[in-house]
Amino acid sequence: MSKRESTLTQNPLEKTWVPWIRSRLSQRRGSSVPQFTNSPTMIVLVGLPARGKTYISKKLTRYLNWIGVTTKVFNVGQYRRDATRSYNSYEFFRPDNTEAMKIRKACAIAALKDVCDYFTRAQGQVVVFDATNSTTERRELILSFAKDNGYKVFFVESICDDPEIIAENIKQVKLSSPDYANCDKEEAVADFLKRIDCYKLTYVPLDDSKDRNLSYIKIFDVGSRYLVNRVQDHIQSRIVYYLMNIHVTPRSIYLSRHGESELNLLGRIGGDSGLSPRGTKFACALGTYMRGQCISDLKVWTSHMKRTIQTAESLGVQYEQWKALNEIDAGVCEELTYEEIQDNYPEEFALRDQDKYRYRYPKGESYEDLVQRLEPVIMELERQENVLVICHQAVMRCLLAYFLDKSAEELPYLKCPLHTVLKLTPVAYGCKVESVFLNIEAVNTHRDKPVNVDVDRDPEDALRTVPDHS
Amino acid sequence: MTNCPTLIVTVGLPARGKTYISKKLTRYLNWIGVPTKEFNVGQYRRECLKIYKSFEFFRPDNEEGLKIRRQCATAALNDVRQYLSVEGGQVAVFDATNTTRERRGLILKFAEQNGFKVFFVESVCEDADVIAQNIVHVKLGNPDYIHCNTEEAVEDFMKRIKCYESSYQSLDEVLDRDLSYIKIMDVGRRYLVNRVLDHIQSRIVYYLMNIHITPRSIYLCRHGESDLNIKGRIGGDSGLSARGKEFAKSLRKFIQEQNIKDLKVWTSQMKRTIQTAECLGVPYEQWKSLNEIDAGVCEEMMYEEIQEHYPLEFALRDQDKYRYRYPKGESYEDLVQRLEPVIMELERQENVLVICHQAVMRCLLAYFLDKPAEELPYLNCSLHTVLKLTPIAYGCKVESVFLGVDAVNTHRDKPENVNVQRSTEDALQTVPAHF
Repeated sequence: MSKRESTLTQNPLEKTWVPWIRSRLSQRRGSSVPQFTNSPTMIVLVGLPARGKTYISKKLTRYLNWIGVTTKVFNVGQYRRDATRSYNSYEFFRPDNTEAMKIRKACAIAALKDVCDYFTRAQGQVVVFDATNSTTERRELILSFAKDNGYKVFFVESICDDPEIIAENIKQVKLSSPDYANCDKEEAVADFLKRIDCYKLTYVPLDDSKDRNLSYIKIFDVGSRYLVNRVQDHIQSRIVYYLMNIHVTPRSIYLSRHGESELNLLGRIGGDSGLSPRGTKFACALGTYMRGQCISDLKVWTSHMKRTIQTAESLGVQYEQWKALNEIDAGVCEELTYEEIQDNYPEEFALRDQDKYRYRYPKGESYEDLVQRLEPVIMELERQENVLVICHQAVMRCLLAYFLDKSAEELPYLKCPLHTVLKLTPVAYGCKVESVFLNIEAVNTHRDKPVNVDVDRDPEDALRTVPDHS
Repeated sequence: MTNCPTLIVTVGLPARGKTYISKKLTRYLNWIGVPTKEFNVGQYRRECLKIYKSFEFFRPDNEEGLKIRRQCATAALNDVRQYLSVEGGQVAVFDATNTTRERRGLILKFAEQNGFKVFFVESVCEDADVIAQNIVHVKLGNPDYIHCNTEEAVEDFMKRIKCYESSYQSLDEVLDRDLSYIKIMDVGRRYLVNRVLDHIQSRIVYYLMNIHITPRSIYLCRHGESDLNIKGRIGGDSGLSARGKEFAKSLRKFIQEQNIKDLKVWTSQMKRTIQTAECLGVPYEQWKSLNEIDAGVCEEMMYEEIQEHYPLEFALRDQDKYRYRYPKGESYEDLVQRLEPVIMELERQENVLVICHQAVMRCLLAYFLDKPAEELPYLNCSLHTVLKLTPIAYGCKVESVFLGVDAVNTHRDKPENVNVQRSTEDALQTVPAHF
């Protein structure tokens, strides 16, 4: 009988319990987030040009990375641009252009080689293979490659025949492509349409019958209809759910914190205090600003905490409360000042500075935990159109990191000052940000990473970057 | 979440899993807090007809039969209207074959008149084995066939299906392109999803795409008895007591004896569940969402201390244990929210052992056994007892296995007096014994 009696130790940073003994079990690091991917997964895009493949690739990659699944896009068009130096015309894409076909195939293979590297060396979990992949032959090549390497494959095909959507697409992202840097608009559009025609000659969509054993989702007409076949595992199921919730209708998302609170003034973190007088003024100003935006059907969301609700009340419109939007739980450090944290928990304070994203407060949460609990909020934000989210500093950082594709290292240090609204508008492949300070003074609550993060540092070094407070 | 009520309408030949889907979906929606009710038209027909004679009733040329069936559908729709417009229901599941465009047209008109959104769920399956299995599992035990032997019943039912086949009009990609629906093909191998309109429809689609019918069992148990359990203290993050460690060993033995294929083991991130899992000698997955309910300011207190320091809170909790939130803590209602991804993943998985905590286990159990919010916080989930849940027919079989290692009782019943002014004695009447 094994004496496998749990000598558990608690990892000081994430506060997760891990076995102390060096058995094959303890190799499972005791991750703070359940691990759902065993085999690496290749998401393979399929579709004619201007069907949103790159848009989907980038967005999906951003989402997966944000929820903690390491993902990377491999855009074969980019390899082609690197291989051919300058783009001449659509003639490159003619199916009878054997020289070009050779180059294009070589590019796909080079990209696949890099995919392999990413999975083995960089420990990536998911790859998004962004290319037209519009022939059975090309897809066979990829399936073969994946099988040889033990990767799962999930196809995402985008089908659209609406000329208006395609025209809009070309306008938004093709005209500014490096391929058309030296063309005038009309020339570029004409050339691109001929390029699409080249592909149409050989395009074979995923077939209901012939491809019935493949795992895929077919997206029709920008999401009006979906065909989903053989979802194999958790990550594919999440991907399908995500793809079915995103849309391209123009809209804006407004992110803001609650007005300045009583505890903010005292330099204390967390808690559930009400607004200070300046905070109340901000709430009014927010109302004026939002009315000035003239938005039809604006949804307003708050957390369950007094300060966000008080802020929303001032707007005089209906709002929805989400517990998931509550500020990060600082556990034993709730309502303390940084000085008090340094005094009472100097080691914790240092650990937090060492890895602010993964650090979990004793009996509290980490930014990593926050992201997990905010995922349903992000999913619903994707479904919605115009939304104003009144939340908190750490929460806002997480949401902002999702929209602006910020890494886990940067996320906890994103600047989200009080009394400043961030207006996010999706544009091309990314997100435009307008920062609007509503002209009502407030304390600064942003604490930069200090230079010395050593557990043995002086209190002076620890407190160097603490913002002023009463 | 939803403004207009939603009418979910099933579509499909008999023995395609419509009632299975209806009941399961209804259970899920109610559990996540969306008041939902199913309306099975076959049930109305049985009440109307009293005695089922044979498949002849369903022949498309049986005028009398058609009249009765139409009346039953109308009666059911009236009850739907009552539920959604008057009784405050949010979702109604209209469970019938609804195989003709004409019938669906009537339903759409009804919904439009009443301001309900409609979402169709069609189940299409031509796999003879699946259909045969279906008939064996749920039709033979049906009141319609109570006086028949197996062969007679199967034969009659197959003829019944034939009656529907000639007039069956599946949802069409072109003709029905403006409708909102999901077509489930071959028990979930393939889905066609059209025009999802809102959040609730999106959640329904996600749920339907994650469920399966592969036979499996889910094992639920709590961590072994902990040091705080013995002292009668709630919450905290203590380790196992000596008896708790014994339990972990017994659990290991039990699991080995069950000889389960490909068992996944899940724990929370609290020491006591992890210690329990460590003893099993197999890999396990830690979920923060399986952590015990956060008792906020009452963490690590005994009930006696809670009564002493927070008598008002203690009484409020007894008044509505499901919705009551500990100061700076959580409620059972919050727990259900945070456990939803766990349930979704449990639906996707096959054999799983979940080692969790009292309040968490009550929430999970309530989902599987369709217990309402009032009963959920009082479900019995004792230490050192494994519940083996096996889906059968339309529900879930439960086997309770006490692993023979004694432990304290941690179950506190609802006391008689829940008044905020009650005496300390009355408040502490039902507190279980502890050291």
